[in-house]
Amino acid sequence: MTLASVSDHDASSPRHLRGRYAICGVGETSYRRGSQESTRSLATWAVSNAMRDAGMSAGDIDGMLSYSGNDSTFAPFVAGDLGIRLNFYMDVHGGGSSTEALIGIAMGVIEAGMCRTVAIYRAMNGYSAVRIGGTGARSAVPIVGDQIHHRAYGWQSAGQMFAPTFLRHMYDYGTTPEQVAAVKVAHSKHASNNPKAYYRRRYTVEDVVSSRMICTPLHLLDCCVETDNATCIIVTGVERARDCPSPPAVILAVVGRCCKPRIDMHYQHGPISTVAGHYARELLWPNAGVGPEDIDVTGSYDAFTFTTMLQLEDYGFCRKGEGGHYVSDGTIELGGRRPNNTSGGHLCEGYTHGMNMVIENTRQLRGDVDDSCPVGPDGRRLHTHDYAEGGCRQVRDVELTANLGWAMPGTGSAMVMAKDIR
Amino acid sequence: MPIQGDYMGMTLTIEDLDRENRDFFRYCAARDFRLQRGTASGLLRYPPTTACPWTGERESEWVPVDAAGTVHSYVEVHHPIQPAFRDRIPYMIILADLDTQKGVPTKHEALRVAGNLVTADGAFAPPEMIARVGIGTRVRMVFVDVTDEFALPQWTIDEGAEQPERPWRYPRE
Repeated sequence: MTLASVSDHDASSPRHLRGRYAICGVGETSYRRGSQESTRSLATWAVSNAMRDAGMSAGDIDGMLSYSGNDSTFAPFVAGDLGIRLNFYMDVHGGGSSTEALIGIAMGVIEAGMCRTVAIYRAMNGYSAVRIGGTGARSAVPIVGDQIHHRAYGWQSAGQMFAPTFLRHMYDYGTTPEQVAAVKVAHSKHASNNPKAYYRRRYTVEDVVSSRMICTPLHLLDCCVETDNATCIIVTGVERARDCPSPPAVILAVVGRCCKPRIDMHYQHGPISTVAGHYARELLWPNAGVGPEDIDVTGSYDAFTFTTMLQLEDYGFCRKGEGGHYVSDGTIELGGRRPNNTSGGHLCEGYTHGMNMVIENTRQLRGDVDDSCPVGPDGRRLHTHDYAEGGCRQVRDVELTANLGWAMPGTGSAMVMAKDIR
Repeated sequence: MPIQGDYMGMTLTIEDLDRENRDFFRYCAARDFRLQRGTASGLLRYPPTTACPWTGERESEWVPVDAAGTVHSYVEVHHPIQPAFRDRIPYMIILADLDTQKGVPTKHEALRVAGNLVTADGAFAPPEMIARVGIGTRVRMVFVDVTDEFALPQWTIDEGAEQPERPWRYPRE
């Protein structure tokens, strides 16, 4: 890897934090519709799995963070169920873009001496209870004050709210529906090699653009899946992480909920076809000490096919306006130069507001994604790197990954992780 | 007392303390489109806010604004999410750049005002009207009453204006 591509001169964080923290454990529930479990039960399930992955018991965890939109269970209940005594916890309001932001918070509170190891979870029944697409309970809540400026116009769901950005990108740069559909094609290819993905079928560009229109320019298959699930990652200091069973995924830089100007109504400040990554990249790359050209695997949030494309473009993986080309020339597919969302992401694996993409990149850095490859005598999979349907999804020689989290066009988070090079 | 009204089966509420939205929607009810102008910056802003986004100044005055503009982007909804819109599909949401203060204070900024595409008398636009509208279409504001002191601004095609030969529309239809 070329660490010299970005000058340390521009870094905003003290450089001693670069590489000082790591993800030492990851875990999740199954991705289902109709979980038949409470969010409390889903959360304890995912946190238990992450603790087992990290080789940790209740006494090893003393910090907990969660995020939700009034649709989950608070950390004290989850900790209590698992016998974890907390020195720190916080439950944060929010959905997409929270994962990376909370990882940054975890690093901060450990650095401040408030605790030593933080479990971060997201537990939701995003299909069978509070639906992420905005139907049901979410569309029935009263419309008050500032919300009148959008909800009274039938401008409410994520797809509806983001669509003016997506359409304007097509207008400004000539991006085509077929180019953007290639994101779904790539992620469905990846999901077909992920036994735990909710949708494992491979789709074609024609499948996407001929599926029914939800709201221009989003066809049904441009939109993510709604599922019930919980996910968890455990963050601790890198020295402690090195005592865990799996190699640490070392955190080089995080950006949390970085915003465009006028975030109350970001459409006032154009160009509206530019997203928060345009600003976030000014923190991300200098703080990480690497640039987009150094990254082996990306995890660009795919609430919609368009969100993946817009972020890859604005974080500098291609030139502005060339995102449509970048996502459709084979680069982001397994076997391509820089695969994106190798688990299938939100479009196919399941919807977790970003955390499953961080889990996937952690496993990619370990060289041990959970595909169908045979398990060797040391308990690790023998990856074939044959990406045919039902096969491998491990990328060769992964040293650096980037996660690009999305809340909306005006807000995003990001993180760069590296393989431990002690 | 909060201002509260039923609109298409949705209950819309403006609380007592929400002075900015009360003023905005009351002017709309009087068919008098006004925006706040920061006295220090001299700049208008939308939607209503408690301070000037460019100076942070909390003082402002409501000034009349010519409610004509151009479609900057839009959404055409074919799958309804809110029950109130179930019988209205397809419907269009427009973000229109007002002519006033366009490209000020920076090149890509504008007062981008949201609304549905409606007929000149405020009814939801039929599909053939929606098909005529895209990026570049000239629009003018009309108002739809919620209560006698609360109206929503909406957009209709400005039939008196010079229109682009072919406004830009989503290419696959």
